[in-house]
Amino acid sequence: MSKQVSISIDGRTITAPEGEKLLWVALENGIYIPNLCAMKEKSHPSGSCRLCYVQVEGRAEPVTSCTLPVTEGLSVQTRSPQVDRLVKSAFELLLSNHRLGCGRCPRRKTCELLKMAKERGLKMKLFHLEPLEWPVEIDDSPKTFAFDRSRCLLCGRCVWICQEVAKVGALGFTGRGIDRRVGTFQELSLAESPCTECGLCIDPCPSGALYFKESK
Amino acid sequence: MTVETPYQERYRKLKDSAAAGEEALSRQAVIQVGMATCGIAAGAVPVKEAFVRFIEEKNIDARVMEVGCMGHCYAEPLAIISKPGFPALCYGYLDEDLVERLVEDYLLNDDPCYEFALVALEPNDVFPTLSDFPRGVHEKKIVLEHCGFIDPGEIDHYISRGGYSALAEALSGTPATVLEQVKESHLRGRGGAGFPAGLKWEAAVQAGGGTKYVICNADEGDPGAFMDRSILESCPHQVIEGMLLCAYAIGAEKGYLYIRAEYPLAVKRVRLALEQAREKGLLGSSILGSSFNCDLEVFRGSGAFVCGESSALVRSMEGKMGIPATRPPRLAQSGFRGRPTVLNNVKTFAYIPPIINRGVDWFRSIGTEKNPGTAVFSLVGKVAHTGLVEVPMGTTLRELIYDVGEGVANDKAFKAAQIGGPSGGCLPEAAIDIPIDFDSLQEAGAIMGSGGLVVLDEDDCMVAIARYFLEFTQQESCGKCTFCRLGTKHMLDLLTAITEGRGEPEDLEVLERLAWEVKEGSLCNLGATAPNPILTTLRYFRDEYEAHINEKRCPALMCSELIVYYIEPSKCSKLCSVCVGSCPTEAIYTRDDGLKAIDQDKCTKCDNCLKTCPPDYNAVIKLSPPGLLAEKEGGKGA
Ligand SMILES: Cc1cc2nc3c(=O)[nH]c(=O)nc-3n(C[C@H](O)[C@H](O)[C@H](O)COP(=O)(O)O)c2cc1C
Ligand code: SF4
Ligand code: SF4
Ligand code: FES
Repeated sequence: MSKQVSISIDGRTITAPEGEKLLWVALENGIYIPNLCAMKEKSHPSGSCRLCYVQVEGRAEPVTSCTLPVTEGLSVQTRSPQVDRLVKSAFELLLSNHRLGCGRCPRRKTCELLKMAKERGLKMKLFHLEPLEWPVEIDDSPKTFAFDRSRCLLCGRCVWICQEVAKVGALGFTGRGIDRRVGTFQELSLAESPCTECGLCIDPCPSGALYFKESK
Repeated sequence: MTVETPYQERYRKLKDSAAAGEEALSRQAVIQVGMATCGIAAGAVPVKEAFVRFIEEKNIDARVMEVGCMGHCYAEPLAIISKPGFPALCYGYLDEDLVERLVEDYLLNDDPCYEFALVALEPNDVFPTLSDFPRGVHEKKIVLEHCGFIDPGEIDHYISRGGYSALAEALSGTPATVLEQVKESHLRGRGGAGFPAGLKWEAAVQAGGGTKYVICNADEGDPGAFMDRSILESCPHQVIEGMLLCAYAIGAEKGYLYIRAEYPLAVKRVRLALEQAREKGLLGSSILGSSFNCDLEVFRGSGAFVCGESSALVRSMEGKMGIPATRPPRLAQSGFRGRPTVLNNVKTFAYIPPIINRGVDWFRSIGTEKNPGTAVFSLVGKVAHTGLVEVPMGTTLRELIYDVGEGVANDKAFKAAQIGGPSGGCLPEAAIDIPIDFDSLQEAGAIMGSGGLVVLDEDDCMVAIARYFLEFTQQESCGKCTFCRLGTKHMLDLLTAITEGRGEPEDLEVLERLAWEVKEGSLCNLGATAPNPILTTLRYFRDEYEAHINEKRCPALMCSELIVYYIEPSKCSKLCSVCVGSCPTEAIYTRDDGLKAIDQDKCTKCDNCLKTCPPDYNAVIKLSPPGLLAEKEGGKGA
């Protein structure tokens, strides 16, 4: 068993295994930090959503908590004006590329964006940015679930599950830059792809991109 | 006297035989033609062939040699002629006619044709040397020392000038000594961020034993930057020697030069250099007879700009997508194939042999305290003398542009220096007295980056420039992280709207806020530096943004949506009609009074008419905002 260290989050003293990433220590102790791309089982955090910023004592710039190993005496605040600004900005950027319409979204009860908005007092609308429009294309070829790309946040949870847990590798990232997408090899529909329709990727999806049809 | 170690002895033999070879040839006239990519692009190949041909025809005892880039790219094709009894002279702007004349008058008849010489390369009584020019006063060559003066395809040229002696010396001591020297030198990495090389190496040493790697980052993806290419094309052995010294210091037996695919000549020359070093026992197993084994090979990069980022580079070498990863761990702990890896820039490695040879004190006496050594720049854009320059850190931007580069080309007014590549910043006249070093540039909002310096003049619109660079980074974003993927896209959309006259007053605030957030929030330095062109132009040239937004006017007359072309009747001549034929869309017509005018509906703003209108008339002008046209045309025919 690894060494235990004592750290402080928002003034609360917490004991945790040394080297554990701060995000998990906080979440497991009931302290919320926004996050989308982190998965505890993943050996190397992807650090792509940029939502999990915290303020570390002694450091000027906010730090992503999913990449921050805890060490003895570490002291962090989950909120600070700088952290709030970055979270608000990343949130609005993601929303600008996300098809809104929560009322009709199959995941409205479990949506991580709605949770984040509630926890951090953010609004599900764009204040400063124009929406980046993509054509809505829903792949409902699998029997039990569907994939709505216009709601995908590119967190990569499904990709990791598909590759590392299901060991199928039907889902992957394609494209570069603004054209980065989650999709199948050669843009096949899921039914045509190697997808076995195991459904393991559906629950981890934080948004309305992957959903079971009956929940619609 | 210190006793020679076996490695030094072996090296001395190599050097003696290299020197003997050179000596034998020094009785002959030698013509060194600059044949790096820059020279070849300017026409060095036919120039070299002309030398060879004329020398053969006239049966002259002379030798034509290919060398790399001397740094005076503006005057290319270039050649240095060394004839016994004369100082070595450098000639520029060569073509076949001039070559024939030089062969005839100089090689055959002892008239050095001083009127065509640019500069002498050694002190003499007849012709000025480099130090007689302002550029020569500032220039201090460490990594470019041999570039342009030796044949990169001849290892003996490098060896006869002391090349690989640092390796022989290092092998005679311990790896710890080399590490200590590099640490003490305070050398900072030249790939952009300025991280102390010695600390990086030390971290790799502390990472424990076992397999380790040394990698040279020659991905150089910045548009306009070509110093790493020039160094590899002109003096590859200095980089190779630097890598070997690093490998020795950290205990690596394998290394790679990651060279971007667009640099075929560099790849070819490096491969040849590696082969020659192997033949001489300077690379491979039991180097110089010691127990140190190390082999290096070329890895050809895949081309994406972001692959120059350290973690993306290593992933792309492992056959994965070239996408940056989070830290920790750093490469020095877990890099290529999960092993401790030192990744340094081409220039960083090229500094190592001179540091070992001449000592830490010598190195630290150059440049400034926190930024020892020199800075290498590719000086391009609207500057009179473009080229590759090396000056001590701490030289001011003004000295670099006005003394070394000889000022702005074509008598135009200086507007800004864009420094640090696409993610650098634009500094105005008022900010160019700052010393060039990692810290001062960062304070001014720019970065050293990899050393691209683009001079901009009065005809450059700063909003359009910011947009141009942002478009590059936006397209090169790997798309992994939120701020860079989406933030650069929104910033680009805003800038496009402003340059097209669709900007709103509140856009500036949104743009500035977003720029700061992308800078602070991005995962890797591509995103974290992408906003620099925006932030610096907003800081120093805000009035230009405001003119675009509030008046729909482009002060530099560059943004095509905000300008119209107009022929000034008072200047146009009935006797001339060159512009009519120059217009690809037949927008120019002859008015009843014989003067020319532009049909705005047909005009595509290609600029042809303005370029062709003879200087005697200069009748074609640009107007901004386009609304000015109505005023002008109101007074039609007047
Ligand atoms: C987008 C991006 C591109 C980069 N491209 C290069 C490059 O072409 N060459 C280079 O030496 N460093 C490049 N770097 C910097 C490297 O990540 C790394 O810091 C450097 O190679 C380390 O060498 P140094 O310590 O000698 O500077 C780049 C960084 C980023 C973020
Ligand atoms: S589909 Fe869902 S789980 Fe997969 S990347 Fe998109 S948001 Fe994440
Ligand atoms: S900052 Fe840009 S290039 Fe770097 S990881 Fe993020 S998306 Fe990719
Ligand atoms: S959870 Fe940390 S960056 Fe996504």
